[in-house]
Amino acid sequence: MKNVYSEVSANKLKTYFIVTLFFIFVSFVLYVLGKSLGYSGPSLFLFAFLLSFLSSFLSYFFSDKLVLMIHHAVPADRKIHFDLFTVTENLSLAAGIPKPKVYVIEDSSPNAFATGRDYNHAVVVATTGLLAIMDRRELEGVVAHELSHIKNYDMLLMTVVSVMVGLVVYATDFFTRSLWFGSRDDRESRNSNGVFFILSIVLSLLAPIMATLLQLAISRRREYLADASAAYLTRYPEGLARALEKLANYPQTLRTASNATAHLFIASPLKADLQGKSGWLNNLFSTHPPLKERIDRLRQM
Amino acid sequence: MQPIYIVIGLIVLLGLYLMGTYNRLVVLLNRIKEAWSGIEVQLKRRTDLIPNLVSTVKGYAKHEKSVFENVTKARSAVMSAQGVKETQEAENMLSGALKSLFAVAESYPDLKANTNFQDLQKELADTEDKIAYSRQFYNSNVLSFNNTAKLFPNNLFVPLFGFKEQEFFDVDEKETQPVKVDF
Repeated sequence: MKNVYSEVSANKLKTYFIVTLFFIFVSFVLYVLGKSLGYSGPSLFLFAFLLSFLSSFLSYFFSDKLVLMIHHAVPADRKIHFDLFTVTENLSLAAGIPKPKVYVIEDSSPNAFATGRDYNHAVVVATTGLLAIMDRRELEGVVAHELSHIKNYDMLLMTVVSVMVGLVVYATDFFTRSLWFGSRDDRESRNSNGVFFILSIVLSLLAPIMATLLQLAISRRREYLADASAAYLTRYPEGLARALEKLANYPQTLRTASNATAHLFIASPLKADLQGKSGWLNNLFSTHPPLKERIDRLRQM
Repeated sequence: MQPIYIVIGLIVLLGLYLMGTYNRLVVLLNRIKEAWSGIEVQLKRRTDLIPNLVSTVKGYAKHEKSVFENVTKARSAVMSAQGVKETQEAENMLSGALKSLFAVAESYPDLKANTNFQDLQKELADTEDKIAYSRQFYNSNVLSFNNTAKLFPNNLFVPLFGFKEQEFFDVDEKETQPVKVDF
């Protein structure tokens, strides 16, 4: 028997599992590369970590302002965007968090996203296209999904994950470079670890892809979790299910969407994902689970 | 020598456990209080909207006296109510009275077309949502307090602290039913 509570806890558990897997994976990659690099390993990895940490946390701290700027978002007006404004107010009451800032993007394709590093810097954004096609209950579902991302600290989680992805990418990159520019000492120590050397070459090709796949798996898990939390918050899963159905049937996609900001939205703003080309390969590389699957799960709650 | 240390250790552990449980319950109780004041804010919001609404409707439907009287009476009952139970009853009464007010408004097309009335109706519907959501937040806080207090082994010690089980804020069955309008 599925209900909202079991759905929420199952998704949390699966996130923990994938994140643990991720840590083990990263440690393994660094261990193998370190073994075959010899002495210069640790300092290179520290450098890779700092680089990755810096870029991810810069985006963590400035994402709210940056994303609003990229998408030309303007603050919502209580009179004009009455439903969006009040629904956000109401659901923050239910979630027991301060009301986030509400913004609107002038764009006829329907979509919404939330960003900001914590409750006090949270922002909920909707396009005018979304406001045009959703009724109040459906809008509640969408906003509840976004508030759940904020309440579940998904920004922080995804930042930590992207630090680890960056670490793997930089570390393997440094490794392949060191093959060309390594000193004689390094080469000699490498020869003594033949197995590790071959393993490192394989890993330096595969690890970045695997890290990205794990990152996407976590992202999809958080989408399911936000759906379940939204159902819990509104006590009305059908509202969000209907909203997602409308999004699935809408032909147009967001003009300013790109791979860089795709993971933020309620439904993937990219064309291929929306058209439901849900081959397993496409699913594997998508930030969001297929809409049909999400709707089915909501209807079962 | 040895058994004394074990006994002392156990007493310290028990003390820490009792302290932790007590503090946790105090935190949960304060959250309930905060959630309750959240409900009161929304109830106040609604009572503030009502005089305006009544005077607007009066302009079009003067002779529906009993409806206005009911709303005004229920409104003052909400304002003077104390505690969860009383507030709950008064609140349900007011919701019922407002429903019949809107049912009356249905038969006055001029009133329905009035933008002021439409705005008030929208605001009131939104306030109803706000009350419902604050109530939901309040109830989830009550749930976590009651769960903590009743789980074993907490249930053995909690009565000693003098904590009582907290009341849920329930909705009247009648309120969830659609109103019947007789013509």
